[in-house]
Amino acid sequence: MTPRSVVGVMPARLMDPTAAPDWRLVRLGRGIMETLIQQLINGLVIGSVYALIALGYTMVYGILGLINFAHGDVLMVGALVALQTMTFLMGMAPGMSPLVMLSIALLVAIVVCMLLGFTMERLAYRRLRNAPRLAPLITAIGVSFLLQTIAMIIWGRNYHTYPQLISTTPLQPIEGVFITPVQITIIFGSAALMIGLLLLVNRTKIGRAMRATAENHRVASLMGVDTNAVIAFTFVIGAGLAAVAGVMFASNYGIAHYGMGFMPGLKAFTAAVLGGIGNLGGAMLGGLVLGVVESFGAGYIENLTFGFLNSSYQDIFAFLILGLVLIFRPTGLLGERVSDRA
Amino acid sequence: MNELAAAVPWLGKRNPLAARWLIIILAITAPLVAWQFGKSWVRILDFALLYMLLAMGLNLVVGFAGLLDLGYIAFYAVGAYTFAFLASPHFDVHLPFWTILPLGAGFAAMAGIMLGFPVLRLRGDYLAIVTLGFGEIVRIFMLNLNYPVNITNGPQGINMIDPINLFGWDLSRNLQIGENFSINSLFLYYYFFLLAVAGSIVFVHRLQISRVGRAWAAMRDDELAAKAIGINTRNMKLLAFSLGATFGGLSGCLFGAFQGFVSPESFSLMESIAVLTMVVFGGMGNIAGALVGAFVLALLPEILRDVAVPLQQTLFGHVLLDPEVLRMLLLSLAMILMMLLRPAGLIPARARYSHDHHLSNKLKQEAAK
Amino acid sequence: MITLLEARNIGKRFGGLQALSDVSLTIRKGEVYGLIGPNGAGKTTFFNVLTGAYTPDGGEFVFNGSELPTGKPHKVVGRGIARTFQNIRLFRELTALENVMAGHHIRTKAGVWGVLTQNRFTREEERLTTERAYELLKYVGIERFAEVVSKNLSYGDQRRLEIARALATEPQLLALDEPAAGMNATETAQLKALIEQIRRDGITVMLIEHDVKLVMGLCDRVAVLDFGKKIAEDVPAVVQKNEAVIAAYLGGGKHAH
Repeated sequence: MTPRSVVGVMPARLMDPTAAPDWRLVRLGRGIMETLIQQLINGLVIGSVYALIALGYTMVYGILGLINFAHGDVLMVGALVALQTMTFLMGMAPGMSPLVMLSIALLVAIVVCMLLGFTMERLAYRRLRNAPRLAPLITAIGVSFLLQTIAMIIWGRNYHTYPQLISTTPLQPIEGVFITPVQITIIFGSAALMIGLLLLVNRTKIGRAMRATAENHRVASLMGVDTNAVIAFTFVIGAGLAAVAGVMFASNYGIAHYGMGFMPGLKAFTAAVLGGIGNLGGAMLGGLVLGVVESFGAGYIENLTFGFLNSSYQDIFAFLILGLVLIFRPTGLLGERVSDRA
Repeated sequence: MNELAAAVPWLGKRNPLAARWLIIILAITAPLVAWQFGKSWVRILDFALLYMLLAMGLNLVVGFAGLLDLGYIAFYAVGAYTFAFLASPHFDVHLPFWTILPLGAGFAAMAGIMLGFPVLRLRGDYLAIVTLGFGEIVRIFMLNLNYPVNITNGPQGINMIDPINLFGWDLSRNLQIGENFSINSLFLYYYFFLLAVAGSIVFVHRLQISRVGRAWAAMRDDELAAKAIGINTRNMKLLAFSLGATFGGLSGCLFGAFQGFVSPESFSLMESIAVLTMVVFGGMGNIAGALVGAFVLALLPEILRDVAVPLQQTLFGHVLLDPEVLRMLLLSLAMILMMLLRPAGLIPARARYSHDHHLSNKLKQEAAK
Repeated sequence: MITLLEARNIGKRFGGLQALSDVSLTIRKGEVYGLIGPNGAGKTTFFNVLTGAYTPDGGEFVFNGSELPTGKPHKVVGRGIARTFQNIRLFRELTALENVMAGHHIRTKAGVWGVLTQNRFTREEERLTTERAYELLKYVGIERFAEVVSKNLSYGDQRRLEIARALATEPQLLALDEPAAGMNATETAQLKALIEQIRRDGITVMLIEHDVKLVMGLCDRVAVLDFGKKIAEDVPAVVQKNEAVIAAYLGGGKHAH
């Protein structure tokens, strides 16, 4: 197999080079065990990003029963806004410490995405809450494409090199296994966020209101929960998580692009379904499982198909998993039923 | 046709017959008018007709049966690639047009059934995602199946596809009549496609006003109640799905032959969304809506291309929004705003699912008693 | 008396809730059979299991001497059982006439080929479907709204339309889920007359109803469910005096109207 180049010739929608940066390292003729561990690490890194995105899908679905198609594009906005901020800061204060710079960029991205999430809910989805079931779904698709178009207008069609403010020099914790500080940050950062979210939902008042609303809107509002506010809050939190995921995603691969949200969005949705949609723990588990499966799949597909398919096909794993889960276990690993209630 | 005639402003309600003739005359003379603006506009009209076919097929699935199919363009791709494989130097096979057409339609229908079988018992939104994934998988295969065996020729696509040949009449050649009069090939394609659209209108209309159309509408409005009156919803969904796919496959064949080359680029998700927008924009669940939506949204970007680019140049000195961006902007805004402000679409006709004359005959009998 | 439907030891469980346990009952041909009980007693669940919307965990239904398929609504309708819903479920975008025509689906045959070619068989079938649908609208008394989109009908007319649609499937057993819910006294009286007419026309009726007066006036026999169990089955006058029944209604804390 020839290593794929990261930027340039790759067609736009295939630009999710999950395995690409680490790929050449994997190929350096190492033992089976090292390769295996390496795949596992790569899978966990990308899986934790999927998990963060999946949380946004699953929270909104849990409360509104809506698949927010535009969620993946919020991630893209987050990544590009952070990029813009970093570029600005580099010009304004070249001496600033990279960590401070990254934190500011992240903060700006989170705020912008939260506003975006709020606006989407307010302008588009809220008005369609009682519309026929296809209407919100079609609107969400429209919003997704609108965001991409606007991003294309603002940031152009090019792939942007993403500044690596955290070192990407691989460490070698085990002989022959590589992990970069960025990847370590991603794993721990997303773990921290997920724990934070679980605490928020299970331990706080607003969390209780969220759970009540998810259970039953009418009853919750009768009990004095401002369900409109809760739904808006859910969108905002999901968008904030997506912003962080976007920065992580772009940092991991070193590039950003107006269409970058599509694939991870779709995969994160798969992760949410895999874990059991509407279920927070499920989204996390689904994200990690999907990341690992994909990483192993991409690594071994060539051997499995006797060279017929190569790692260009790695994107189909997510869809295959989605299809299989929906056919054989539509409730997901941990979750609720998804087929029509009688 | 009645719905379409009724949709004509002013005249439609007053004199449906006149409106009907107006549409027919407009349809026949449209390319002559377009020709005045340049050859490329006739070509654009040809593509608009292909979009109409696609929109009618998708309307069958989304509008009648209520199944949101976001991978619809994949069936178009199946048709186009079938044609490319069987009528081009790529494999050096050159089967006749009338042989490939049913094959393309058949493969697309099979793909529809294969996809539909496992996922149709799921809720609508899951269907949307799975079909979207299916569209992407088809595209990934088109892009990458040039290695190790070259099947699709990868991103370059397949070139030099045979043109449509109706029993020895090659539509890609200008038709020479006498010494100094000839009809451009683009016109020949236009009228051929127009016939295809007209035939499809008849077919889809017959389906709509029938036992099948009512079952679809019932299922769309309330699936549980549809089951409770004995409709086998799984079979009806599969039927809608495969018929819609058949439409996609047929239009794909026409597209491949007309354009002369196919490549994965033509079958991106954006195209699926574009066709969906046409259906939504015109009005889901009515034929006239799908047709008008397809026509308007196929033409508008081209008009914008001609108007907006020079306009921007004079205003700002350079092009801020290139035509492709304008098209995306137009489509996404059309989709959102339509859903929010006018969910029934541009032509909000209620589709009929029963024959008027049956009821009026019955009423006459009653009155006579 | 000929038995039309026999339910044998039907059980259905949702998670921790035993919605139906060991329910057995027999419905005779030509009678109006009432199914009553406090809220949450399992009446609608029984309907859902009978009509194939849910699959039972145990037990079986014998209809007209042979076992009913479970979990396949369209097959149950084909065998001759039709139902209405507690919260009206019409095809909202279709007219009243088209709703009833859709109800004929299972008794008609036209397929895609026939529809596309509009052959004589299909045209004839379509004509008959229209005429029979109109007759049924007349039967329930709303033929003047034949061309009205069903979502625009009044509440009472929607209830009637739902019954007409169910009748279009040509059932032997018509299962009505709270047909009088939300109706005023006049409408209820008209409904009672309609149900009696349906019975006279040879269709057996099974009825879930909260309106005690209606049940007592209409039903030949009544079964009472409480917490998923059948606690009584007899003619209305006897059931009314049954102590277990009285206890169930009072003890449940929720009265029937």
